[in-house]
Amino acid sequence: MKTFATAAAPHLPPRSSVRQVMAEVLLALLPAIAVQAWLFGPGLLVQIALGLLLAAAIESTALHLRGQQPQAGLADLSAALTAVLFALCIPPICPWWISAIGLLFGLGLVKHAYGGLGLNLFNPAMAAYALVLLLYPRQLSLWTAPLADLDLGQSLQAIFLGQLPASWDTLASATPLSSLRQLAGEAWRMPQIRELPLFGHYGAAGWEWIALAYAAGGCYLVWRRIVAWQVPAGVIGATLLLGGLAWLIDAERHPAPLQHLAGGGLMLAAWFVAADPVTGCTSPRGRLLFGIGVAVLSLAIRRWGSHPDGVAFAVLLMNAAAPLIDRFTRPRVHGHAR
Amino acid sequence: MSLLRIPGGLVLAVPAAAAPSDAVRHCPLPARLYLPLVQERGQALHCRVQVGQTVRRGEPLAHDGDTEATVVPAPTSGRIVAIEPLTLAHASALEVPTLVLQADGRDETALLPPLPDWAQRPPQELRRRLAQAGVVGLGGAAYPAAAKLGRAVSLLVLNGAECEPYIACDETLMRSRAAEVVAGAAILGHIVAAEDVVIALEERMTEAAAALQAVLAGQTQIRLQRVPTVYPQGGERQLVQTLCAREVPSGAYPADIGVLVHNVATAAAAWRAVVLGEALTSRLVSVGGRGVRQPGVFEVRTGTLIEHLIDSSGGYTEQAARLVLGGPLMGLALPHDRIALGRGANSVLVLGADDVRAQAAQTECIRCGECARACPVQLQPQELWRLLRQGETGQAAALGLRDCIECGCCAFVCPAQIGLVDEYRAAKSALAIAAEQRRRADHARQRHDARNQRLAREQAAKVARVASRREEIAQAQTATANAATAPEPAPAETAEAAPRSMDKSAVLAAIARGKAKRAAAPPPAPPPETES
Repeated sequence: MKTFATAAAPHLPPRSSVRQVMAEVLLALLPAIAVQAWLFGPGLLVQIALGLLLAAAIESTALHLRGQQPQAGLADLSAALTAVLFALCIPPICPWWISAIGLLFGLGLVKHAYGGLGLNLFNPAMAAYALVLLLYPRQLSLWTAPLADLDLGQSLQAIFLGQLPASWDTLASATPLSSLRQLAGEAWRMPQIRELPLFGHYGAAGWEWIALAYAAGGCYLVWRRIVAWQVPAGVIGATLLLGGLAWLIDAERHPAPLQHLAGGGLMLAAWFVAADPVTGCTSPRGRLLFGIGVAVLSLAIRRWGSHPDGVAFAVLLMNAAAPLIDRFTRPRVHGHAR
Repeated sequence: MSLLRIPGGLVLAVPAAAAPSDAVRHCPLPARLYLPLVQERGQALHCRVQVGQTVRRGEPLAHDGDTEATVVPAPTSGRIVAIEPLTLAHASALEVPTLVLQADGRDETALLPPLPDWAQRPPQELRRRLAQAGVVGLGGAAYPAAAKLGRAVSLLVLNGAECEPYIACDETLMRSRAAEVVAGAAILGHIVAAEDVVIALEERMTEAAAALQAVLAGQTQIRLQRVPTVYPQGGERQLVQTLCAREVPSGAYPADIGVLVHNVATAAAAWRAVVLGEALTSRLVSVGGRGVRQPGVFEVRTGTLIEHLIDSSGGYTEQAARLVLGGPLMGLALPHDRIALGRGANSVLVLGADDVRAQAAQTECIRCGECARACPVQLQPQELWRLLRQGETGQAAALGLRDCIECGCCAFVCPAQIGLVDEYRAAKSALAIAAEQRRRADHARQRHDARNQRLAREQAAKVARVASRREEIAQAQTATANAATAPEPAPAETAEAAPRSMDKSAVLAAIARGKAKRAAAPPPAPPPETES
């Protein structure tokens, strides 16, 4: 008689792991990281490194406090993903304590206080970004024009010592979305605004390339079946439809739909943030609705809200609505009447 | 007939080196065969033999006690040498009383009278024959075939779509014994008066399809239908969904929508039982995995120990790490190989350590929804999991927990490696236990109410009797008073009263005697605990 260890079915090697999923998402962010670092300086890489260190420290402390194995928790790479997403949202020369406050809130409170990975209601990166955006609007507007040639030394000085470069006044530049908002407020016509170099080829100089890089990485994730196609389809489809409709009605007063996608955070949200499975919907129809909701709310905040870009708020609002949407979009179970 | 692809499911590749090879191989008759006196579904069997009795192959050893009384036929000739405990092929790994049949090597067979003219016989008689021959569903559940054939249906489906990778017994059967499958299909079709008989097999099974096609040439009654190679296409409900573009309603059986599904091997066994008079004493079992030297499809006698089957397929390799009865997705991991192969056993897998997942690798659910995408019955497994973890079994049931077919797709694709199906199984049995308890409580309450009513009725009757008696006495007294001149009382009354008073005095005297005795004798020792 030969004895064996027993185990529950399935008796097949696992097809993937949470760590693998997170690693692929990080991989898919590489093109956008490269483009953004090239356009807005090496500060981004410093922010990512800083964010990773802070995230590791906060995550392991939180796990320790919750009586769990820090190594196992860190190995799933979810905290690393939060850190990278947050770094991509903030200006590259933002002071270091912005990251500290944001990640402490995002990981410590929004994620771990609610039970950690899988149980958090809100996307930690977006919650962190929304908090610092509300608390420190000035630091969060330290953007330069694309290709402003900030070097590593200047970036480090700005991040850790809070010293902006001497020529900051010439380097600084509003983001396309805030300029758009300001100029529209000053009664500029849209076609006039579009003429300005800040608005690039089809919406926002520099930013439009970053948006394309996000789309490239996102397409990879959809192809790998890590991101459900319904979410980006919902976000992009609704943006084009709604933005397009407004633009067709009055092109003098409304930006072109591509401008909506190119400037700001909609592409990041569409492929990487709204597509976060933990805080999004799980049913196919629910995911489509979730994406549409993010787009509609973003556009509404851009149009009527007090912030130039509202993607983070839109995502958080939809996070809150996700359980309700899931409840009403469950597919019909086999053998049951609708 | 339009083919409908089932939602979800998995396209699984079998490791080529581990796939069973082609021809049917014979597993030599072991010296001893073991037949548990418990059915695959857990009910006890009624034993019909005694230790020391000799039997011939095909003679009944036990039966299931159902109306049709499907028997367990002796797998060979020999002597019953013992009834001893043996581990059951069940998740509980309980030891159950098991008949041990010592083979005499002669393999003498007791045939039932062959019925070559089955087409002229009534369905009832053929069903009885299947029960006498011990024919059960060979797809895995081992449900008595006769019981399943009790209702007339419009469509009979012979399931040749292997449910899981590694398993090859049905394909091998269709390829090597196509004529038996087709002939059996005709018999089963006759029993249920089916208008349409379909043999369904997977698209990848080209050789089996060719073999069946050759037999079916010129036939119009039985059709061949190839279905997509996707797991779990071979599931009963999934097959009906694909073939009929209709769903079997939740909680119902296919027969409720006029469809009956039987395994192809059951059809072949039915043909042997009816036309040849042979009882079901062997079946095809596929042996696979890296842990066994010569994987293949074996003809195995009922009651053969897995140990013996593995010896016949070259023994274990050094890689053998897990023993599984069934397929890799739904199969049961066994604690050891001294377990008998019953009629429902279609596959034995010996998997290497690299072919299975490490235990305790489970992490948190990230709600990725892969499970929902893979679920063939369109459940939301992640939601069920969350509800069950919160103890909301009732809510999970409302979301379709009972509709889970336990195919294992969700657990296989889960990146957090959560044992979803295990959780559902536990919750389903908890629901079943709760329902049973509720049923019993209802039953007890009904009995209690009935008893109270009976007592009330009896009490009322007693009161009425006493009242009427009093009235009688009163009337009698009035009569006596009226007839004061009459000197003697009614003789009937004295005759009745006298023995009663005597009885009373005798009883009182006996009690007094007993009291005196107890007072005189020392107090008796307290009775032992077991006496109660």
